[in-house]
Amino acid sequence: MSFQVVREYNYAFLDEGSKKEIRRTTLKAIAIPGCQVPFASREMPIGRGWGTGGLQLTLSLIGDNDRLKVIDQGNDDSVNAVSIKRLVENCTNVATTNQSEQATLIQTRHRIPEIPLRKDQILVFQVPLPEPLRRTEPKEEITRRLHAEMEYSSIWLRLYEDIIKWGDITIGADYPCMVHQRYVFNPSPIPRYDLPKLHQANGLYLFGAGREKKIYAVPPYTDVVPLQFEDYPFQVESFEGLMCHLCGSDSSFLDEVYDADSGEKKYQCSDTGYCEARQQERGKVEWNGDL
Amino acid sequence: MGYVAVTGGQRAIEKANQLVDQYRLQDAEKALETNEIQSQLRLLIDRVMGEGGLYAPEYAAIALKQAEGDPAEAAFLLRAYRSTLPRNYYSRLIEPGDMRVIRRISSSFKDIPGGQMLGPTYDYTHRLLNFDMRNEKGAVKEFLERLGLGEKEIENASSSGKFQKVIDLLREQGLMAERTSDDQIPFDITRDKLNFPTTRSARLQLLSRGETGAMTALAYSSMRGYGAVHPTIGELRVGYLEVHIPYPLDDDDSIYIGEILTTEVETINSFTQNDQDDVEFMLGYGMTFGQNEVKAIAMAILERSLETSGSSPTQDEEFVLLHIDSVEANGFVSHLKLPHYTTFQSMLDRIRTAQKEQEKIEVKS
Amino acid sequence: MEWGSVKDMEENPILSVRHLNKRYGKGCKHCESFDMLDKETNQCPHCGSVWACKKVSFDLYEGEIIGIVGESGSGKSSLVKSLYFDDDVLSGSATISKYKHGQRNIFQVSSQQKRYIRNHLMGMVYQNPWLGLKMSFSSGGNIAEKLISAGTYHVGNIRDRASQLLEHVEIPLSRMDELPKNFSGGMQQRVQISKALANNPPILLLDEVTTGLDLSVQARVLDLIRNIQREFGVGMIVVSHDLGVIRMLADRTMVMRYGSVVEEGLTDQILEDPHHAYTQQLVHSLL
Repeated sequence: MSFQVVREYNYAFLDEGSKKEIRRTTLKAIAIPGCQVPFASREMPIGRGWGTGGLQLTLSLIGDNDRLKVIDQGNDDSVNAVSIKRLVENCTNVATTNQSEQATLIQTRHRIPEIPLRKDQILVFQVPLPEPLRRTEPKEEITRRLHAEMEYSSIWLRLYEDIIKWGDITIGADYPCMVHQRYVFNPSPIPRYDLPKLHQANGLYLFGAGREKKIYAVPPYTDVVPLQFEDYPFQVESFEGLMCHLCGSDSSFLDEVYDADSGEKKYQCSDTGYCEARQQERGKVEWNGDL
Repeated sequence: MGYVAVTGGQRAIEKANQLVDQYRLQDAEKALETNEIQSQLRLLIDRVMGEGGLYAPEYAAIALKQAEGDPAEAAFLLRAYRSTLPRNYYSRLIEPGDMRVIRRISSSFKDIPGGQMLGPTYDYTHRLLNFDMRNEKGAVKEFLERLGLGEKEIENASSSGKFQKVIDLLREQGLMAERTSDDQIPFDITRDKLNFPTTRSARLQLLSRGETGAMTALAYSSMRGYGAVHPTIGELRVGYLEVHIPYPLDDDDSIYIGEILTTEVETINSFTQNDQDDVEFMLGYGMTFGQNEVKAIAMAILERSLETSGSSPTQDEEFVLLHIDSVEANGFVSHLKLPHYTTFQSMLDRIRTAQKEQEKIEVKS
Repeated sequence: MEWGSVKDMEENPILSVRHLNKRYGKGCKHCESFDMLDKETNQCPHCGSVWACKKVSFDLYEGEIIGIVGESGSGKSSLVKSLYFDDDVLSGSATISKYKHGQRNIFQVSSQQKRYIRNHLMGMVYQNPWLGLKMSFSSGGNIAEKLISAGTYHVGNIRDRASQLLEHVEIPLSRMDELPKNFSGGMQQRVQISKALANNPPILLLDEVTTGLDLSVQARVLDLIRNIQREFGVGMIVVSHDLGVIRMLADRTMVMRYGSVVEEGLTDQILEDPHHAYTQQLVHSLL
């Protein structure tokens, strides 16, 4: 398969014209933080809804001097992350890494790495549903108008009704945020825990929705504020009193896992690259990619 | 180890890929040849080419073999391949009136100029499972000879030339709106970003590569009461169309690059579905690659339906166009197989908070 | 006579409408000059276009209720829908004294500005409550939506204000978190009114709000509108085909037919001494 990709396809899979067009759209997205910019999304050799938007961003940006990290749920070795990494490796000369610090480009699904982004790093998100207003309005023609008019009361209303009915806001991941006092956006299904990392960050965040054909961006030093009522402040997931059973971290996003044999509930870091580095530092385990 | 936290993901994927080939071939005596698929699974090839948006029978056969016969997967393979190809030329305008017809029917008139022409169709065969298929192997030539349709006869049947379009008969009598020539450059859904409301050219392209089953279901709903369109088929024709591209050095000259098999449907719709208040029949238009008649009819229904206003699903442009795409619908529904455990962790956190809130309320009351 | 003419001279109107034209269809060169009233139609015989409103002008003063009466198709509903930006107008102007000091034609501002005007300066109550309310959200939520769009992001404050408003329209607070789709028609209208009043707009538009309600329920809603006008001092435009409703509510009345205003004046005057033949017909049918 890898041989075929090299033989039949252009460097980084897409033809140069397409890459250029995607980069132009990306520049526009950076210039208007949080605004969903439509683009002529290409069909990719992975499923629509499986990261085609993120992949198109990655492929349009990548060059020989890059180092790529791909994670899914924070995990470098998740099958989908591996599959995307393999595709990029096969059609470029780029090396991949598990260490966020070593990467110039990180493609992610559902997480932001624990270690803050530097200003020379780009994080590319895979986005399933870019439209925050889709929660209350199915039609694109109308949601575009609502964005233009900055009319977001329907999302707020949804949050209000949550509080009335359930005592608190029920949105788990993909929590809507206001970007630089202008556009409300979906940060992709990252946990609320990761949202503060978007606010006034050093690095560049790019969001690609392949099936929905939208690109948007949070450039460095941009305000990203979760929608919240004054008397119901935004809350992140709580892991109070819990720590990773592998590296001992008590300040990272934890996955709840059940031991296959004993059925016992355990917690471990969702950011496997971070966890691996900590374990090596502590000299506790020599980690070889298996658990 | 559960599959989500698959570690050693690389090895797991390789194994999964090997197993695909294992299962694809383990019960076979000999591997299917792609030319057999291409020549004998004709309608499946046509459907895959249409939904894949690439007229390439041989590649469609490869895709079908690789996908073990799953048309959605095969269409996806073609689509992903074609998206990497540079766009070198736009063809000259193709006039379906010039079609080298192999089949042509009209349900609006008993007789039409040039005559009805059944051509290859299942429409009038009894749907009895033909167990003779089991014994049909070996030399095809002899079989065809026994049928008695000599090459000449097939040739004659298909090359009897061009036919006047039934719709044009109605136009001549002023019963159907005249075509106005529109020199606007058509929208290109593979190159331009789509916005709503979109143009008619974009709409027709999206319908033309829509998924056959999804389109049939929606068109059916429109005829059954969830919509306004219940047409009469003015003409359905299947046949070959020549494709020419501009000669690179001389704009007035063209080069013939081959012919494509297509199905074209023109439907006649009630004049009451006319926004301009003119008393004229309204046209519904459908065209697909290959012979795919039900899709072409469904397209003509949906196309017309989208020109009317109302509240049924098939009158909603975004609803129809965004949900009939095979690649996108299949991709998004199947993406649920991907791990979602961090988002699920967020959901767990929320449900636990909500449960606590509820307990508080219950304690109070 | 304390409303109307005396006020006219002392104050500036809060809403001024001039030469409002609303047309369905392409229009033609004959349309504009065609005398619809004379020909007893609002459809142009040349191009078939329908003129829902033709050259409608009027002023609304603070705390005043203007009634618009006419048969269905006379253009009265089109008029208020145009003012609320539900429909686009063909031409004409409208100014609001509290918007840019009455210096801007509100039909020509951006859609963002129109939304501001809808949220802050006008309230609308439709005949069909499904148009004015989001039926899948609670009554309190419906009011909250308006308050949020005016910048209140405090659940406690939202609920205080919503209870206040619901109390005003006599909805029991115990039903604040229920969906209005389960309410009776009269209650739905009252929730709509409270939603329209949420941000204390100076102008309230009411389109056939009592049509289709039982007589006793009608009377209660009409009383409520009267009370609100007294307490909030809001200027209202009340559209109705029912002269009884107009008589009860309106200080001044405009009679519309075929898209045009055939007669206007103090309500008492119009009812006592109608000048136009059509108004006479209307008044007689009431008696």
